[in-house]
Amino acid sequence: MKASISLRAAILSALLLVLLLAIWEVLCRVPASAAVSADDEYALLMGEAEQEARVPPPSVVLAHAYAELSQPFYDNGPNDKGIGIQLAHSLYRVLTGYLLAALVAIPVGFVIGMSPLMYRALNPFIQILRPISPLAWMPLALFVIKDSQTSAIFVIFICSVWPMLLNTAFGVAGVRRDWINVARTHELSPLRTAFSVILPAAMPTILTGMRISVGIAWLVIVAAEMLVGGTGIGYYVWNEWNNLNLASVIFSILMIGVVGMLLDLLLGSVARLVSYQE
Amino acid sequence: MSRYFLDARRLAKRFPQPGSEPLTVFEDVSFGLDQGEFVCIIGHSGCGKSTILNALAGLDSFSEGTLEMAGKEVAGPSLERGVVFQNYSLLPWLSALENVEFGVRARFPQWSKEQRRAHSRKYLEMVGLGGSEARKPAQLSGGMRQRVSIARAFATQPQLLLLDEPFGALDALTRGVIQDELIKIWSATKQTVFMITHDVDEAILLSDRILLMTNGPQARIAESVRIDLPRPRQRDQVIHHPAYYRIRNHLVDFLVNRSLELRGRTVTDEQGFPPDINPALDESAAAARVVPLTPVKEFHHG
Repeated sequence: MKASISLRAAILSALLLVLLLAIWEVLCRVPASAAVSADDEYALLMGEAEQEARVPPPSVVLAHAYAELSQPFYDNGPNDKGIGIQLAHSLYRVLTGYLLAALVAIPVGFVIGMSPLMYRALNPFIQILRPISPLAWMPLALFVIKDSQTSAIFVIFICSVWPMLLNTAFGVAGVRRDWINVARTHELSPLRTAFSVILPAAMPTILTGMRISVGIAWLVIVAAEMLVGGTGIGYYVWNEWNNLNLASVIFSILMIGVVGMLLDLLLGSVARLVSYQE
Repeated sequence: MSRYFLDARRLAKRFPQPGSEPLTVFEDVSFGLDQGEFVCIIGHSGCGKSTILNALAGLDSFSEGTLEMAGKEVAGPSLERGVVFQNYSLLPWLSALENVEFGVRARFPQWSKEQRRAHSRKYLEMVGLGGSEARKPAQLSGGMRQRVSIARAFATQPQLLLLDEPFGALDALTRGVIQDELIKIWSATKQTVFMITHDVDEAILLSDRILLMTNGPQARIAESVRIDLPRPRQRDQVIHHPAYYRIRNHLVDFLVNRSLELRGRTVTDEQGFPPDINPALDESAAAARVVPLTPVKEFHHG
């Protein structure tokens, strides 16, 4: 009789979804019954049709989503590419910028966490650079790098570097003294201590930083691509807005959410691999 | 020049205090350990036992004095001095076997993986954990964790083993079982062991000699008490030995009365070595000073 809590939660989620979609559908359809013209096309030409553009109902969005997702990788020229291609461009930028950031942030964070001197020396830079909106870097990046694609990657780099850097430093500084003493009494070299004691001990905290970073990077890429244009999901949203194709806009908003969730799930499962219980 | 395998002379630990005399935790501490000896050190909290042990491990330092092992000055940590910490200090992301292997790999880097594994497994079995080698520390009880820690230390085969109150956090029953394991593994390996404890009975059961420290500050080692009981000792039988309560009374009397009376007083010889005492022989002295059996709990940390 008593179903498990996850099953009950799933049923509740499904009910909420149906309810929200139903409300949305009804709200979008109400005025449609108001004026029924004999000749829609004539009315449209004469400017007598509805002047107001409407948010498309979920049925339209779903139909559009189905059409897009059944053909995700078509390419009919610069302004007409499948959603899969757009997402791939965005993912490429996000992952490149993000991995470069990890390559910088984790070693630097390690040094900061190990050395109070380095922490104090670098802290003012971090505190000033960290609160800068990543998009503020864009003009400077475009001028210096002279390539919009690389500038977008740089923006991703600069926004994902901070959470990883600070979490790595925090995790490394917080490694228990006892474990360091174990390494010392076993005469481990500093490098061996770093890799066989400090890194595994700090890994869960580092992964938390990496998870925050990938979330931020995925938030920022949409805005960055709206600025640099050309390809990517951010550009796609803006382009569909210019086309006044709201079904497409809503569909791509949902896709941004889905991909963001998948990125987080991926890092979440990596985090589970390196976590430990004290 | 050194008389002992481990030779500590005139050790002192002082902490500078702003605006007043430096705080002396202990001073004029001299003692020696022979190879293969099992020595316990007992004293009230704050007398500096842990500092002495940590300095022997190379994790802490003295303000004064010299410390030599096998004729070489002790400077920094070394694999020749293995440590079993009070809080086990196992690495939680490694399994029981991997924790032992961690020590073995540091000690014998030239060994193959199979050799290391077999060696580690042997020591885990010696402490009775043959079936739990794949478990992580979080899945082990406190007693089992401490056994892994003991196996890790013994498996590296150091010249000197330092045990920092290893059974302090365990319940009495578990404590007894692991004491037996420790006796077994020590008899098999004949390691030199230096151990901190608060438990008088535990010290008598395990030690060849017990060093008694006066209260701090300005603590000293006041006596070196020889435990003249035949080995192998068994927990249920050793208490029936005629000398057992003579030794025990002597120790309890020290902890209750003399550890405070002797504070800051010079009781040692000109080298700082404490007098050697054998209560088992000293019938009259022990009889004259029968102390009611104070509960041992009195000497535990809070």
